[in-house]
Amino acid sequence: MNLTIFLLILLFSLSVFFLGKTKATNISKERVKLHSLPNYYGYYIALWCGVPALIIFSLWSLFEPMIIKLLVINNLPNQDPGKLNLIYERILAFTNGTFTGEINDTIQSGSKQYQSLRDIFEGSKIALVSVVILLCSIFAYQKISAKTKARDNVEKILRGLLFTSSLIAILTTIGIILSLLFESIKFFSVINIVDFLFGTGWSPQRAFVRDASAITAEELAEITDAFGSVPLFAGTAFIALIAMLVAAPIGLFSGIFMAEYASVRVRKFTKPIIEILAGIPTVVYGFFAALTVGPFFREFGSNLGLDVSSESALAAGLVMGVMIIPYVSSLSDDVINAVPQSLREGSYAVGATKSETIKKVVVPAALPGIIGSLLLAISRAIGETMIVVMAAGLAANLTINPLESTTTITTQIVMILIGDQEFDSPKTQSAFALGLTLFFATLVLNYIALRVVKKYREKYD
Amino acid sequence: MTKEERIKKRYRAEKRFKFYGIISILTALLFVFILVQNIVSKGSSAFFRTVIQTEVNFDKDALGLGNNPSKENVLQSDLFDFSVENLLNIYPVDDFERENEILLLFSPDYEIEIKKYLANNLDVIGQTVILELTSSDDIDQLNKGNFPRELPENMRRVSDFQLEVFDKLNSENQISKIFNNYFFSNGDSRDPELAGIGGSLMGSFFTVMICLLLSFPVAILASIYLEEFAPKNRITEIIEININNLAAVPSIVYGLLGLGILLNFMEFPRSTPLVAGITLSLMTLPRIIIPCRASLKAVPPSIREGALAVGASKFQAVFHHVVPLAMPGTLSGTIIGLAQALGETAPLILIGMVAFVVDVPTSPLDPSASLPVQVYLWSESAERGFVEKTSATIMMLLGFLIVMNFIAVYLRQKFERKWN
Repeated sequence: MNLTIFLLILLFSLSVFFLGKTKATNISKERVKLHSLPNYYGYYIALWCGVPALIIFSLWSLFEPMIIKLLVINNLPNQDPGKLNLIYERILAFTNGTFTGEINDTIQSGSKQYQSLRDIFEGSKIALVSVVILLCSIFAYQKISAKTKARDNVEKILRGLLFTSSLIAILTTIGIILSLLFESIKFFSVINIVDFLFGTGWSPQRAFVRDASAITAEELAEITDAFGSVPLFAGTAFIALIAMLVAAPIGLFSGIFMAEYASVRVRKFTKPIIEILAGIPTVVYGFFAALTVGPFFREFGSNLGLDVSSESALAAGLVMGVMIIPYVSSLSDDVINAVPQSLREGSYAVGATKSETIKKVVVPAALPGIIGSLLLAISRAIGETMIVVMAAGLAANLTINPLESTTTITTQIVMILIGDQEFDSPKTQSAFALGLTLFFATLVLNYIALRVVKKYREKYD
Repeated sequence: MTKEERIKKRYRAEKRFKFYGIISILTALLFVFILVQNIVSKGSSAFFRTVIQTEVNFDKDALGLGNNPSKENVLQSDLFDFSVENLLNIYPVDDFERENEILLLFSPDYEIEIKKYLANNLDVIGQTVILELTSSDDIDQLNKGNFPRELPENMRRVSDFQLEVFDKLNSENQISKIFNNYFFSNGDSRDPELAGIGGSLMGSFFTVMICLLLSFPVAILASIYLEEFAPKNRITEIIEININNLAAVPSIVYGLLGLGILLNFMEFPRSTPLVAGITLSLMTLPRIIIPCRASLKAVPPSIREGALAVGASKFQAVFHHVVPLAMPGTLSGTIIGLAQALGETAPLILIGMVAFVVDVPTSPLDPSASLPVQVYLWSESAERGFVEKTSATIMMLLGFLIVMNFIAVYLRQKFERKWN
């Protein structure tokens, strides 16, 4: 329905485009000089026709369900206010024919009312949109004359459109922060933020609260120490550390080799292959870690007489390290290439070998950039989800033994939110609080890393 | 230490250093090789399925469909007993337990397979036809050599008797491997031999299309604004910092955004490619804007100045001259961004795309899975058949990614103008 209206608006705008263009062409035939090219008069009237109609259409579609819901709920016979939402859901399901359950009078009459309201609203939407289209098109058509500054007007609107598009980035950030904050604030009103940040016991499954709006003192005592996220932070940092122990040396040495030693042919061949590692979806790494690397370590460990968990931090960290190698190597390759040749030549001139030059001159000069690239890699490691969901453990475990299983922030977010969620339980809200923590941690890391890299680039530009 | 010794030592250090570099590169390459080899060796057998050639006697009376049944009649009829009777003929026994074991050689969908064949070939009524019926997963794996036969019976998934039947059928050439069309056309299933990626393929297709439709125009308009029109002020600076930061935000955070705002607040339908597409387009947007801006920046100012000099407005200069020249770069950036979106899993799990969906979706509003989510779902199942299917799905996914990246590189190399 909505799609049809939308397409009709577009179609109508397109047709009035030709109307406007023809009128402009006819004016120009009378040897009057037009202000703009005829096409712009077409765009002018098409924008007049489409833009107001689309704005009204989208606002109406956005608010229609809410208004209908309000009206229907207001007319329900005296009901328990806590159940209104549930009854409304049932009315909707009944209207759509997907309702399975006991049908009573309330639902039937509600559904009837819902249908009639919906028909009224849909009808008036179509009427309003058509009137707006007609009036605006006629108005714009009347306005078209040789003096109309069609191009200026069209460009003004286009400029607004360009600006709005670039604002979407800001809107996304605001959306992320709002959606995380909204649930997190609800969470922190139940759980003390200090307990969350510094508590050492994580077991959200214990926090099964029947009704979040009326938590009893007993339940509260039960859940306050269920949301201590220190084991998650520790696990995340630990797996990221293992990953960096793999990725940093391999990535840095590959980057240095690519930038300083490799011939053009070797570079052309190896660089894309290493970058394949960055293009492989993380779920593939997760599969590899869970089905090949994890069992391999377990087998290997039991041959040595070690007790290795099949979901060991080592397996997840190692595979994550492999995933990160290309980020480290290509970024450090870039920053090393940016070091001016004169520094190297100065070093050679006083008799240093190539490796001495790299160790004593090039790497120190590129150090800020290298640190930046390592920070970006760390931020990627702590935000990585699928590898740890599939290969690391699920139970919170405060350990520094890489052979045991640990869990991470991202794993817990997924485990809490997979399947059906109840939005008024502290368990679900805790996932958003974890998300908020993760968002800020990566934001700070990225910000510092981008600053460092930018400063470094400016230094040698 | 003499001078010569010192120089020797320094040269040894030089060689060692270079050696470390080579070792690192080789390790990285080795990882790529192991990963690809591992997936291909596990997954390639999934492109074939084992069938058992079974003689089916479409006797009119046995079918009990009366004279000249229509297609619908056949599809709605109950042919279960008829099918069982024909299946048991491949190895006649009279023990009920044994009969059951023979039926377990076949995939549970045998009745549907026979019905479908009959509905499409109504003229076979009264004849005896040899049908290729899908075998069960255990027989499939046995035939592909993935199950060791030497194990004692209680550790095998196939009983001694079933093994005996299998060997007899095999020696009579009644067991064969054919191309696994089910893998491409079917939706998800609890039985590995019937499970396919048809549903998730369509889900991924819709998701990526919505992502493309939403993110490509916005990304181009935003990068045109930032590169060509934006005044150097505080707002522009904030937008730029924002875009750079968004590009590095972990993907799971976008999943939380989709869940919190799209599903919870705006009440979009769960598990649908529509929500997935919107969520992923928000994620892809900054990742596309960055290469788009780079390719706009690469167009030399002389192009703009030339257009302005002959009287074009700023908009005409940008839209008629700069943007077309930057198109190859923007397109290839977009394709690479979409390839990343195609491989993304975590945000889709949060917006409920992990539901078990048997039907192949026909519109972006139907619940569905997507390829990477299918990998995640199947990797949780223990059956050997699903391991094989998971690896094959990964092969398909990697195939798509390689094609997309190849197109991106091609566009860039073939059409991008090099400016000196």
